[in-house]
Amino acid sequence: MIGFESDCIASALHAQGIKILTKSLKYDLPRGFFCGIGKCSSCLMRVNGIPNVRTCIAPLKQGIKVEMQDKFGRLPSAKFEEKPKETINVDVLVVGAGPAGLCASIEAAKQGVSVLLVDENMCVGGQLIKQTHKFFGSQNEKAGTRGIFISEDLKKEIDEFKKAGKINLMLNSTVIGCYEGEKNLHKFMVVKRKDYDNFLIEVNSKTAVFACGAMENMLLFPGNDLPGVYGAGAVQTLMNVFGVKPGKKVLMIGAGNVGLIVSYQFLQAGIDVDRVVEAAPFIGGYHVHAAKLRRCGVPIYTSHSIKEVYGKDCVEGAVVVKLDKNWQPIKGSEEKVECDTVCLAVGLTPSTRLLYQIGVKMDFVSEACGYVAMHDNSMQTTIKGVFVAGDSSGIEEASTAMIEGKIAGVSAALLLGCKDGKKLQKKYIEELNMLREGPFGEKARVAKKKIEKLMEAK
Amino acid sequence: MMLGYEKDGILDLKFLKLPSQKQLEKGVAIIECVQKIPCNPCVDSCPTGAISMKDINDLPLMDYDKCIACCKCVGICPGLAIFVVKCIDDKAFITLPYEFLPKPVVGKKVQALDRAGKIVGVGIVKKVVNKDKTFVVTIEVEKNLLMIVRNIKV
Repeated sequence: MIGFESDCIASALHAQGIKILTKSLKYDLPRGFFCGIGKCSSCLMRVNGIPNVRTCIAPLKQGIKVEMQDKFGRLPSAKFEEKPKETINVDVLVVGAGPAGLCASIEAAKQGVSVLLVDENMCVGGQLIKQTHKFFGSQNEKAGTRGIFISEDLKKEIDEFKKAGKINLMLNSTVIGCYEGEKNLHKFMVVKRKDYDNFLIEVNSKTAVFACGAMENMLLFPGNDLPGVYGAGAVQTLMNVFGVKPGKKVLMIGAGNVGLIVSYQFLQAGIDVDRVVEAAPFIGGYHVHAAKLRRCGVPIYTSHSIKEVYGKDCVEGAVVVKLDKNWQPIKGSEEKVECDTVCLAVGLTPSTRLLYQIGVKMDFVSEACGYVAMHDNSMQTTIKGVFVAGDSSGIEEASTAMIEGKIAGVSAALLLGCKDGKKLQKKYIEELNMLREGPFGEKARVAKKKIEKLMEAK
Repeated sequence: MMLGYEKDGILDLKFLKLPSQKQLEKGVAIIECVQKIPCNPCVDSCPTGAISMKDINDLPLMDYDKCIACCKCVGICPGLAIFVVKCIDDKAFITLPYEFLPKPVVGKKVQALDRAGKIVGVGIVKKVVNKDKTFVVTIEVEKNLLMIVRNIKV
């Protein structure tokens, strides 16, 4: 097989028309690329004898052996040698190099503390690198700049701090857990992947910022596991990062901003969007995004949902259905849609597993879209020195994630004794509140208010 | 109360403050931004201060008398929601944002589309400016299409 050096294994397979990456354990059903951001198990394959490699974030290298996993699993044939364990001592550990994590790292480094930034992906930027549209907001949030270029600007800042020895960046690395540390220190274990070899690193940090992002929601319907059903992040990964078309004709589920924006990106990639269906009686995303799509001729069906997806080994089509005012399907309103791709943009759930493990107080806040860590307005959780930022503190969007990251970074530095950050912290908190003041910020306002109350009640 | 565009994504002209005939003849920018989104690059881009906003969550207000139809806001607006329109005799000139390939070519004919993507006429490309990877395209169409055409197909 041929691919490009910068491809991931799964995108290179896709480019060759190989959509089935694994089989389900119980019924042996085909599984394909679903989330495309290293958060699900749909793309697990055996690479160079190592099972369960997430091929959507594993880089393609010349000469590697990629196999489908057998049902029952086989122990790794790769030889594991005893490797010396490395130890890193640092002021601030930042987990996740998306918009929130990058900003947290930069702000903390600006205050003069040492930062270790860890991310599972091959490059920094998180989901920003897939955002080809111009961002909203004000000049402070780089409004009018495309997400990918914001990511490039942030990367430049990170690189400068790297050169100056203020930020240590570890890519292709996963924080796997928290362990009992010495007094006032948090101990974490990190697995660093290099050429399909794993290295264990022990990190002792005084503070930690968790900016782990979120994972795509799944929707319940027959056929939802067929290869060709993707999360919105997955198609963005394929199209906008690796230049691979996920299919020829798409049915988009969800008319929030993500569904609208990704539909437009499909059109830009030369892929036909049959329609957008939305279960709610109204379009959830910004009208301006809907208008962009409509004037390209893509219809948006509100009060409609997907009933099922059909196909043998891959998506061959779908059935959509109209919903009544109680959101129940109306019998006889079913309509067949011929498509080879179904894209789900039905919301996200905060990634919080590490926070659970550390023992931070968690609670379910529906407006934050799931269980989130309780935190105050400095982004500090119920454990001193442990901060959250971005989608993992409640689903919102990239502009607010960046400010939350800045707040968390400054707050961590303040806790370490950098007094200069006080004014800056106040300024960022005000900026954040202002962005949430409008009607589209209502959900976030409610979520943060609830979290504040739960925090007081603890 | 749900508004029409919240259901189908198509804006009715009744939601816009429309310019007078005289203002149309000199050319003005129409801002088709009707929701309070925290966003204000259009205000910063305007060289004459024609666009104003109380705060970032307010709707942009356009002073058609101050607008000089320079088209700067067309390529800046992240929502691609600003269009410059101008009437000269029986011709209409529409400047719109366009983010697809191939790049429109000056002098060539393109299909003119309405807010629902329906082909409603033919446009002639008059000018193409690349503003941070958004093509700001001016087309000439029949006068009656001035407030109808909002997209093109090359």
